[in-house]
Amino acid sequence: MHLEEFSEGNSFLHRADPRVKILIFAIFSVLCAVASGIKTPTLFLLYSFILLLIARLKIKSLIARLLIANFFIAFIWFFIPLTYPGNSYVTLGSMKISHEGLRYALSITIKCNAIIIATITLLSTSSIFSIAHAMLHLRVPKKLVTIFFLFYRYITVIHEEYLKIKKAIALRGFVPKTNLNTYKTYAYIVGGMLIKSYERAEEIYKAMLCRGFKGYFPLFEHFYIRKSDIIFGVISISIFILIGVKS
Amino acid sequence: MHISEGVLSAPVLLTGAFLSLVGLAIGLKNMKNEDIPKVAVLSSAFFVASLIHVPIGPTSAHLVLNGLVGMILGLGAFPSIFVALILQALLFQFGGLTTLGVNTFAMAMPAVLCYYLFRGILRRSKNTAFLGGFLGGGLSLLIAAILISIALIETEKSFISIAGTLLAMHLPVAVIEGIITGFVVVYLKKVKPEALG
Repeated sequence: MHLEEFSEGNSFLHRADPRVKILIFAIFSVLCAVASGIKTPTLFLLYSFILLLIARLKIKSLIARLLIANFFIAFIWFFIPLTYPGNSYVTLGSMKISHEGLRYALSITIKCNAIIIATITLLSTSSIFSIAHAMLHLRVPKKLVTIFFLFYRYITVIHEEYLKIKKAIALRGFVPKTNLNTYKTYAYIVGGMLIKSYERAEEIYKAMLCRGFKGYFPLFEHFYIRKSDIIFGVISISIFILIGVKS
Repeated sequence: MHISEGVLSAPVLLTGAFLSLVGLAIGLKNMKNEDIPKVAVLSSAFFVASLIHVPIGPTSAHLVLNGLVGMILGLGAFPSIFVALILQALLFQFGGLTTLGVNTFAMAMPAVLCYYLFRGILRRSKNTAFLGGFLGGGLSLLIAAILISIALIETEKSFISIAGTLLAMHLPVAVIEGIITGFVVVYLKKVKPEALG
């Protein structure tokens, strides 16, 4: 499975310290999520666009990603303008489209895309393992980070097991349909995967015990914060404060 | 199913984050060191399972299996579902990081609830195990959908039509989740009974 599509690259954002990026993202996403109206979210979206210019990602995969992420938003556009309470309406045939509803849907759309672009440019430009590593530095509980690390590590392994089982049932002529036999077959696939993972986990634990596991992995490499990281952080936070004051 | 970024209001996001933090804290506290790899690798399996699409009539739906997560991991469902949702948000921008609290609680709370509700039936015999799995699997998904709907309606009253549509869409999926969970539970009971927490 090719999962970390956006982590390959050598822009400034790819090289920046993940700890700084996580902190900036945390502040940005909270401020943007609680913003209301059109103006403030638009300013946040502009900030995200600047990050996008810096990160220089593959446009094709980026657009594909944004389209999927906006699926839920499409839902909102479909419903909200018709049902939102408000005084001014535009009538379109027998439908009443509320101005307030349109504004509300637009606000959500801008906020959603601003945060998603920030997620891609700030977080997806680091590998998952660097993010996990940075989480340890940011005092996320060690047990949780260890689970996250092993969880991610073994997805590809279990996925290979899944592909093997899938091949095996295809060889036996399985064609999925809407019937009980299909569901039973899928249940056995899942069951098989669970048992394999269960046994695998026992082996992993024994191997880890042999290497002196005490509930967490000690840090081997360390991050070194550079001047450019600090400048990036200071500029970003000043922009957020400006956006906050202006609106 | 998962709510995207930018949709929910601040009080709803905060409530979700708080409830999930409590769940996570309890889940992690009760977890022994030897359980860490088990929770992690089984989470990987559930993550892969959620990529499986099962046919329902003319369309298909992907498996969620949050009920099954609860039945196997118990309180470990909170950390398990949490790491899966973080990864989805980071890799696929499914759901979101600001909505992580709401989405985690909506999926993990019913999982833990069903674990305690159906633990007894699961242990009794093979036939009751299927029933327990069916009810647990189906209910977990339904309660999750209800919690998501509550989050939407609490944010904005006119989301009620969206919430209703979401719930209606999840009804057939819940039945199929129930059937599959039931079969998985019976299978595990036969092949590896110690896996059922």
